[in-house]
Amino acid sequence: MSEENSESIIESSIKRKYKLQAKDVKVWYGDFMAINNVSMDIKANKVTAFIGPSGCGKSTFLRLFNRMNDYVDDFKMGGDINIDGKDIYDKNINVELLRKQVGMVFQKPNPFPKSIFENVAYGLKIQGLKDKAFLEERVESSLKQVALWDEVKNDLNKSALALSGGQQQRLCIARTLAVEPSIILMDEPTSALDPISTAKIEELIYKLKDKYTIVIVTHNMQQASRISDNTAFFYLGELIEYDKTNKIFTNPEKKQTENYITGRFG
Amino acid sequence: MLNLEDHREILNQSGLEMFQLVRKQFIKSKDAFLTHDSDLAEEVLHNENRVNGMDLKLDRECERFIALHNPVAGDLRFVLALRKINFDLERIGDHAYGISSYIIEVDTPVKQEVLDKLEFEKMYKAALSMLDDIRDAYKTGNTKKARKVFKKDKVLNKINLNSFAVISEEVQKDPKLIDQYLLLFSVIKKIERVGDLITNIGEEIIFYLEAEVLKHRKKKGPSKPGM
Repeated sequence: MSEENSESIIESSIKRKYKLQAKDVKVWYGDFMAINNVSMDIKANKVTAFIGPSGCGKSTFLRLFNRMNDYVDDFKMGGDINIDGKDIYDKNINVELLRKQVGMVFQKPNPFPKSIFENVAYGLKIQGLKDKAFLEERVESSLKQVALWDEVKNDLNKSALALSGGQQQRLCIARTLAVEPSIILMDEPTSALDPISTAKIEELIYKLKDKYTIVIVTHNMQQASRISDNTAFFYLGELIEYDKTNKIFTNPEKKQTENYITGRFG
Repeated sequence: MLNLEDHREILNQSGLEMFQLVRKQFIKSKDAFLTHDSDLAEEVLHNENRVNGMDLKLDRECERFIALHNPVAGDLRFVLALRKINFDLERIGDHAYGISSYIIEVDTPVKQEVLDKLEFEKMYKAALSMLDDIRDAYKTGNTKKARKVFKKDKVLNKINLNSFAVISEEVQKDPKLIDQYLLLFSVIKKIERVGDLITNIGEEIIFYLEAEVLKHRKKKGPSKPGM
């Protein structure tokens, strides 16, 4: 076997091991450096939490994985972001297909002013899928995955805006799941919700990791410690510490991490 | 509103207060025993309520700290360790109480030569020095000092082991004194137990400061990197 071949086998094995990989990533908004040389590997079917004070770069970093920052003026980046070993910033990448694979849930529930059914089926319809039975089946399975089906099965034609905040957020997650992504990015998905709705979403995240790779930005330390397998602490655009969540919240390596998670700064 | 830092300092001070209180009880029970001073022994019995009250207060404060601040990392280890330290200190207080009760129950003072043979002074001295080391280790956050008690505990264990042979020999010489010797044996056991409780506190201090669990480990020295 040639040396070249053996190297590519090692590389592809590393690629299979990690769903998401960031290497030497730098991000600038104009002259402002928002991310400074961050490298990180994220395994499939794990929940990874990003924590850090406001403005530390965690949301910017999260949005790199589905190229959401592309819309921001003066956005520039360096380094590589790979998903399943493929460079997602390659010029041949179809960004729409990428976003189908990498779903996103935002801080505030943002259902469309349409029916519950239309909200969940929306992504499929814009992909050109019209088969009614297929759409019904996918809407039902998506709503079941987020444990919303029993609450709304008799009101599928009702406006999604009539749902409570917690239900709306679960609907938005169902809308994301309907197009069958393999990665879900969540940017503070429970910060606008009450404790009961928050608990439901957390339970849901925990269940969803069997099928999806989840990356979540949260300001809630207890939430990060409850639901994530790994935690990354960002500060001033740098990745200070990235380790198993249990280690981060019981005995972090870095003093800065300890000071942040214990509420001494940030 | 009580912030985490201030609340932790309050807990820390309460811990120190518990150390002082129990130390005083232990010294008084030692003096009462060695000089057969029943008044002093009475004082120890009387003050046991204060130890119990402090124990309950500290437990409540620890619970409140957890409920209010959801502590993590060093703060969590601190409060978990303090609860156990408090428990161990309260048990040391109980042993001081137990020894003092014997003094009141038994009228005859023990002969000095018997006390010497059983190395009571040496045992008490070692136990007290352990208690001082561990209090300083807690107060200054010095794990080196905390580790000292593991070595010193061996002195207590040795005296305790030897005591059986000495007592058995003495009882054979004068069987009428069996009650008194059984009592001495109980006191030795109690002091030996105090040593064990102090080593438990040492383990807790190291857990809280270095995040290292020494419980059920034979070698209690600092772990080497990469272990």
